[in-house]
Amino acid sequence: MTSDSSEAVAKRLPRGGAHPALVELTLARLREFVREPEALFWSFLFPIIMSVAMALAFPSRGTQPVRVGVPAGAASDALRAALGADTGIVVRDVMPGEELRLLREGDVNVIVTPGVPPTYRFDPGREESRTARLMVDNALKRASGRSDPWTAREDAVAIAGSRYVDWLIPGILCLGIMSNGMWSIGFMTVQARMRKLLKRLVASPMRKREFLLAQVLARMLFLGPEVAVPLVFGVLAFGMPINGSVLNIAIVALIGALSFGFLGLLLGSRVRTIEAISGLMNLTSVPMWVLSGVFFSSSNFPAAVQPAIRALPLTALVDAMRAVVLEGASLGAIRAELLILISWGVASFAIALRIFKWR
Amino acid sequence: MNLSSGPASVSKKPSFMDLAVSCHQLKKSYGDVIAVDGLSLDVRRGECFGLLGPNGAGKTTTIEILEGLLAPDAGDVEVLGLRWQTDERQLRQRLGIQLQETQFTDKLTVEETLRLFRSFYDRGRSIDDLLALVELESKRSSWVVKLSGGQKQRLSIAVALVGDPDLLFLDEPSTGLDPQSRRQLWGVLQRFRAGGGTILLTTHYMDEAEVLCDRVAVVDHGKIIALDTPKALIAELGVPRTVVHEGTLEDVFMSLTGRHLRDE
Repeated sequence: MTSDSSEAVAKRLPRGGAHPALVELTLARLREFVREPEALFWSFLFPIIMSVAMALAFPSRGTQPVRVGVPAGAASDALRAALGADTGIVVRDVMPGEELRLLREGDVNVIVTPGVPPTYRFDPGREESRTARLMVDNALKRASGRSDPWTAREDAVAIAGSRYVDWLIPGILCLGIMSNGMWSIGFMTVQARMRKLLKRLVASPMRKREFLLAQVLARMLFLGPEVAVPLVFGVLAFGMPINGSVLNIAIVALIGALSFGFLGLLLGSRVRTIEAISGLMNLTSVPMWVLSGVFFSSSNFPAAVQPAIRALPLTALVDAMRAVVLEGASLGAIRAELLILISWGVASFAIALRIFKWR
Repeated sequence: MNLSSGPASVSKKPSFMDLAVSCHQLKKSYGDVIAVDGLSLDVRRGECFGLLGPNGAGKTTTIEILEGLLAPDAGDVEVLGLRWQTDERQLRQRLGIQLQETQFTDKLTVEETLRLFRSFYDRGRSIDDLLALVELESKRSSWVVKLSGGQKQRLSIAVALVGDPDLLFLDEPSTGLDPQSRRQLWGVLQRFRAGGGTILLTTHYMDEAEVLCDRVAVVDHGKIIALDTPKALIAELGVPRTVVHEGTLEDVFMSLTGRHLRDE
């Protein structure tokens, strides 16, 4: 009775109403993801919070006055007057005993002790302290009657895109691509292994490579908003310029996300506890947070380690993304970076497919 | 190879094509622990065959070897006339497998879970059919995490049946279920049998084996220590039957090993 009608249905729908396996696997992963509110929060809000926090902490450099400390008391009155005449200098009193702490915390960049000549106390290893020392020196000598042979005309320009925040947002965007790719896929894999779901899946005729691909594909579908949200935020909130084409940005993001997705799969390929995968993820991603030039230029590191830093996937992604967003670079101009990313992705997938533990 | 020796096996020796499962001298150890120790058995097409034994007897290891999930250290396995080494893809299409402790994705619905597994098979049942078969129509749109233990277990059976298999492997299908859920589950399995399907199941419940199985192999320490119909096994026991006490498979196991089935 019912078997007739269901057979007819089965003929019309060769998979009994189901989509092809790759589509169903991807859908399953997507559903799981959107039904997990925390995951959405981390994917979309995290980059914005991070950008705002960083932009507040590091406003455009050069426009900030230098902070100069002088000993509290009347002995410093002349100093206070001389330094206060310079609009680029903020003077504050320093109590005896707190000098080193204030210098260390960056509350003052240099401490000037009155005398003939005065004493500058500062850490020459800090860039802002060296700047402060020059400005203090200039102001005090001018107040003591130095006459300058000439004063240069200044041609100040503000180049959109050269501010720290402009530089930072593409970096944070890439950090998001890395973290979301590695963590979401790595965690999911380990969880499914712990729940014996992987074992059940391979007991079916599912093709293993389709399962692994689907995990990464599902990630791709979220990439659009994940990349757009911080960029639009940067444009609206900070007037960040986007000089590259949207298509090129999308291509770089896509290749980056694929690469890190497969890397996440590789990291999760044998682990069977959440603790272990967390450790492995941190071990892999924390060095890249530091080395890959997300928050400060990686050229600060010694020349000897530069080739290794260049070879890291996050460095390649960050460099490529900045080149496209800020300089409008063509894909040809960033082909070296793209090649590095693709190599990481392909190698990770190939190894994961081989060593993946399904039980 | 045919270990059965009771009245039931007086019938003709099954020919090669009549066998759904045939394994010979299976051996598997984990380090020093011998899980399966030279185990051989034949399951005929259309029958329900039970592996009965206490926890740790080697039932799960045996069934996972037959399912192609574990490689034996030694021995031959043939399933539906095919071999795992050469015909894995073809075999997977024709088997239904239910494992112990599979947890399906919490936040997928019953229907989504079935669709996912349905997509792996070239042919099979429709989702509506399956939901009706395991009596989960009303839970179609519920998340897996909201299901009761019995409902989860029936979902697991539905997933095993999704490809309309010729042979169904069940590893302790009713462990942890309340009596009503067990009876519901048995109903599902009896309907599958009525359609001509073969079942190989493991259990440590005597009543389950008596209700469902045509033949039962009693397994202990990785070996088959008795194999026959439940009735014959009980009869062979030779315990004087009283009106008060009908012999059960529990008695069979006791008399064979001097231990209770569910000691552990």
